Amino acid sequence: MLKLEPRPQPSRWMSVASPVLALVLTAILAAGLFAALGKDPVQGLSMYFVVPLSSLRQISEVLLKATPLIIIALGLAVCYRSDVWNIGAEGQYLLGVLGGGGVALWLTTQGLVLPKIVVVPLVVIGGTLGGMAWAAIVALLRDRFNASEILVSLMLVYVAQQLVNYMVFGPWKDPKGFGFPQTRNFDVSTWLPNLIPGTRLHIGLLFALALVALTWVFMFRIYRGYQLQVGGLAPLAARYAGFSSSASLWTALMISGGLAGLAGALDAVGTLQQINPHLSAGLGFTAIIVCFVGRLNPLGIVFAGLLLSMMIIGGELGQSRLGLPNALTGVFQGLLLVLLLACDTLINYRIRVRSALAAAR
Amino acid sequence: MLRLELVGISKQYPAVRANDNVDLRVEPGEIHAVLGENGAGKSTMMKMIYGAVRPDAGEIRWNGEPVDIKSPLQARNLGISMVYQHFSLFDTLSAAENVWLGLDKRLKLPEITRRISRVSKEYGLDVEPLRPVHSLSVGERQRVEIVRALLTEPKLLILDEPTSVLTPQAVQKLFVTLRQLAADGCSILYISHKLDEIRALCHRCTVLRGGKVTGTVDPREQDNASLSRLMIGAEPPQLQHKPVHAGALAFAVQGLSVPQRDQFGTALSDIAVEVRAGEIVGVAGVSGNGQQELMAVLSGEDLRAPANSIRLFGKDVARHSPRRRRKEGLHFVPEERLGRGAVPAMSLAGNTLLTRTEGVSAAGWIDTAKVQRLAARLIERFNVKAGGTGAAARSLSGGNLQKFIVGREIDANPKVLIVSQPTWGVDVGAAALIRGELLKLRDAGCALLVVSEELDELFEIADRLVVIAQGRMSPSIATADASVERIGEWMSGLWPKGGEPPPAVPAARVAGVHHAQA
Amino acid sequence: MNEVALLIAATLASGTPLALAGLGLLINEKAGILNLGAEGMMLVAAIAGFATAFTTGSDTLAFIAGAAAGGLLAACFGALVIWLNTNQYATGLAVSLFGYGFSAFVGVGYVGQKLSERVPFEVPGLAQLPFIGPALFRQHPMVYVTIALIGASMWFLYRSRGGLVLRAVGESPESAHALGYKVRWIRLLAVVAGGALCGLAGAFLSVAYAPLWVEGLTAGRGWIALALTTFATWRPLRVLFGAYLFGGVTMAQFALQGAGVNISSQLLAMLPYLSTVVVLALISRNPAWIRINMPASLGKPFHPGA
Repeated sequence: MLKLEPRPQPSRWMSVASPVLALVLTAILAAGLFAALGKDPVQGLSMYFVVPLSSLRQISEVLLKATPLIIIALGLAVCYRSDVWNIGAEGQYLLGVLGGGGVALWLTTQGLVLPKIVVVPLVVIGGTLGGMAWAAIVALLRDRFNASEILVSLMLVYVAQQLVNYMVFGPWKDPKGFGFPQTRNFDVSTWLPNLIPGTRLHIGLLFALALVALTWVFMFRIYRGYQLQVGGLAPLAARYAGFSSSASLWTALMISGGLAGLAGALDAVGTLQQINPHLSAGLGFTAIIVCFVGRLNPLGIVFAGLLLSMMIIGGELGQSRLGLPNALTGVFQGLLLVLLLACDTLINYRIRVRSALAAAR
Repeated sequence: MLRLELVGISKQYPAVRANDNVDLRVEPGEIHAVLGENGAGKSTMMKMIYGAVRPDAGEIRWNGEPVDIKSPLQARNLGISMVYQHFSLFDTLSAAENVWLGLDKRLKLPEITRRISRVSKEYGLDVEPLRPVHSLSVGERQRVEIVRALLTEPKLLILDEPTSVLTPQAVQKLFVTLRQLAADGCSILYISHKLDEIRALCHRCTVLRGGKVTGTVDPREQDNASLSRLMIGAEPPQLQHKPVHAGALAFAVQGLSVPQRDQFGTALSDIAVEVRAGEIVGVAGVSGNGQQELMAVLSGEDLRAPANSIRLFGKDVARHSPRRRRKEGLHFVPEERLGRGAVPAMSLAGNTLLTRTEGVSAAGWIDTAKVQRLAARLIERFNVKAGGTGAAARSLSGGNLQKFIVGREIDANPKVLIVSQPTWGVDVGAAALIRGELLKLRDAGCALLVVSEELDELFEIADRLVVIAQGRMSPSIATADASVERIGEWMSGLWPKGGEPPPAVPAARVAGVHHAQA
Repeated sequence: MNEVALLIAATLASGTPLALAGLGLLINEKAGILNLGAEGMMLVAAIAGFATAFTTGSDTLAFIAGAAAGGLLAACFGALVIWLNTNQYATGLAVSLFGYGFSAFVGVGYVGQKLSERVPFEVPGLAQLPFIGPALFRQHPMVYVTIALIGASMWFLYRSRGGLVLRAVGESPESAHALGYKVRWIRLLAVVAGGALCGLAGAFLSVAYAPLWVEGLTAGRGWIALALTTFATWRPLRVLFGAYLFGGVTMAQFALQGAGVNISSQLLAMLPYLSTVVVLALISRNPAWIRINMPASLGKPFHPGA
């Protein structure tokens, strides 16, 4: 008979091992799924884990996709550690696209050609403010009305999607676009500088790496970050210490919304160079998985971001090269998270095998 | 033949021997009191009788037969029923539904409602079966609990501190009910530390102290003093008190009235107390009389105190947050360690940052080396047994964590220190160290306010005593002039209103005297 | 006049999946479990139902398949949060994400497919009545089943011992455990039953309401259903009315468009979601009121023997 026994101290080793274990289990199940679909499991797995790292071009694509995932997940980590469940990063990302992309679009339509050193900060600020504004709605409703941030942030995702649709079907539609719902292409002067010539990789990656360091410092070296985490771990202790739960709520949501918006802005001018309704493909939700697999830790998030980016690329490769449906990526991502949560139990509990004799005592 | 007998019962927990070779004998139809202070082992003994816990050694006999009670269900089937101190009722359900859930038979609700009415009338326990429990007063809830127990037709009814939340009139009504039950043949185990009630109601009394039985007596032949001696030990020697060098007025509470937060809380009513530098004022009282609410207001966790009701060296701090109060020299040790005084999953080093911000710069930067040094210093100075500064708070034993938390606040050199239940659930060694440190702090000129449910602790370390009862506070009395008996009276709210406290009253009292309401 | 009748009919149909999912979530929450996986459960049920209806041509089998799919996913969710005590929020979210991906994957071959023509259902006799006939009595049978289920749940929760035990478990699992009830199995049962109801909702969407399959068919109804249970203060009849209310708001966007109101369709499409936000804000304002009605143990883990 198996029994779960609480550990006196959370197991640090298991904390690192759990995501690895979950990944291994996911891979095993994936192999099984490939076989069930009549494809070679080894080939299938290599699409996800080997091919994306096989050339400079592939690696640059992985890094490109990982950039927004990492940035969004960093913000979510701050939020979740504060026990604020912001599920609407997708919506905040979209508002960042609108904010940052809007700045680029305005510059383009006005014919203003400014040096990148001016444009990039403008775009970044626009996107960050957009994301923060969207998250501010959530914070306000939770702070003033005690409304669940989970549901409000989620509803706002759908609203944000409709907002993007509205803008590209309406006021921002490209007049020369043959009626397609999309904006004009942004002027080259607004594009993010390229990082590796011959690839699509832009300086957004540098933003991501800088933010990893900043987030780590905030969480572990800044008193405000400490306060947020105490509020998430033991709200009564936070009250005893005199930390304001309202201030923590706003800080968490502003950081998380701002970072999601920043990611959106970087994508708008770095990768997409226009706004259309098909842009996101659930990045904000994938980022949630990145956050958990990365253990809500900035360094872990880097690895998790790369991993999930590989899975996305792998899905595309699997479709084009092996005829596997792209929707498999979503299955694997969801599976990974579920298995991770199950394996995480082992951090705080250990498995004891109880003999029947002992149980009767 | 005895209804219930415990022979040589023992129970060991990791840090403490809760019951040590305990004997108990209950006759049929007897009202038997179990007397002891908090931590004496009463609740452990009860848990073994009603099946929540198994004894390590000894035998339980029911109607002469040895039994092994494995679960509350089995205890109920034997005929043992328990009325909990902190009721286990479901708030959103009606009284009848609550009772229905507690019975194992497949009876219909209307039948239950009929039986409730019948039992109510028979024993004078007014219960409206169809009202939801959350709308009932505390006394009414207790009656629902009792009716639920009675409907199982018990042969032994266990009542755990039943009168701690009742008015004097309700107490008398309860006694009538219990006497009738006993006359009908049901045995009653009455757990309490209210001496007057035990002497008024019970036929026999077993006294527990430190897990051992210190005596089995007929309470009707005892007086409060002799029962106190069995319960607490010898009267504390008066000579122990060091001379008090009370200095300036450090901390003053005046006219502190705060309404209760919800239906379970206690309202605070015109609380007033003063603490001078270099003295310890002890706050005595039975739990549930407003101590928690008072602590929350004094620490700043509850900011509803009226302006000027709390003054620190003359400055109004009633609306100041806990952080601001600490900056001004007021520190606080809460009664709950894990979850309030410390974050369970966080390291000891991390936990110092809750109240000690010396390692934090003005801009908010945390100097981790400094924090580690502070944690290490606390561990050493206060003899905390832990796996290093990185050990999670929850990995420490209760005593060691308490030493750490108390140490953290003492080490801050506060001008005023408020401590709530300093040695609750703490082993003897750690308790002695903590009390010693509090005295040292006092001698160094700090003003201390110590709230404790353990009277002997307050007698040992406090210079002056006040009592909190039903959200009100008594006048203060020098510990040297106080006696256990008088403080016990005051715990029921019987202190003189206005003017000096009268000299110690004679020991003999008429049994069953009513407690006058304040 | 005919338009009003049609609007009422459309509202009933639109509100039905919300009512079913809301009821399922209500049962979960009465037992103390917060289920953020409803959206995922609805999606797997939708594809299961659609695939079954497509292959067998039987609506009844489709609904059974949907309920089974929802219940199965719910059982996995329940095992994780009840026995392994995983965080209820994170696990529910994970289940939703998984359900989204899995349904998209399984449904790849069904996008763009059509189900065989069905004879529209009518309540005999009543359907011919003027105005209320077309308004109320020409609905898919599931609409009426839903109303019956709401009624049955009201009886179960408030008139039966089983419902009483369920409410007690949600109120205080520790006290229920002390009284000898098998708290964890009761919670699992509630979770699976709730999942099956969410399954019926999903199947209704793909088989009767749309009827078609696309990725993400439910469009957030699972989340709206969660808001619905709070809005309805955990009472079944209010869930039904709330569902129709939200259904009505959803229909309103089409009605407004049809009436030539000059607001862009995307802004109108925001209506159901914005109204959910507004309702949440208004409902949550009074914490004392919520406390009285909300199952006290909602979202908190339960450790027997702690």
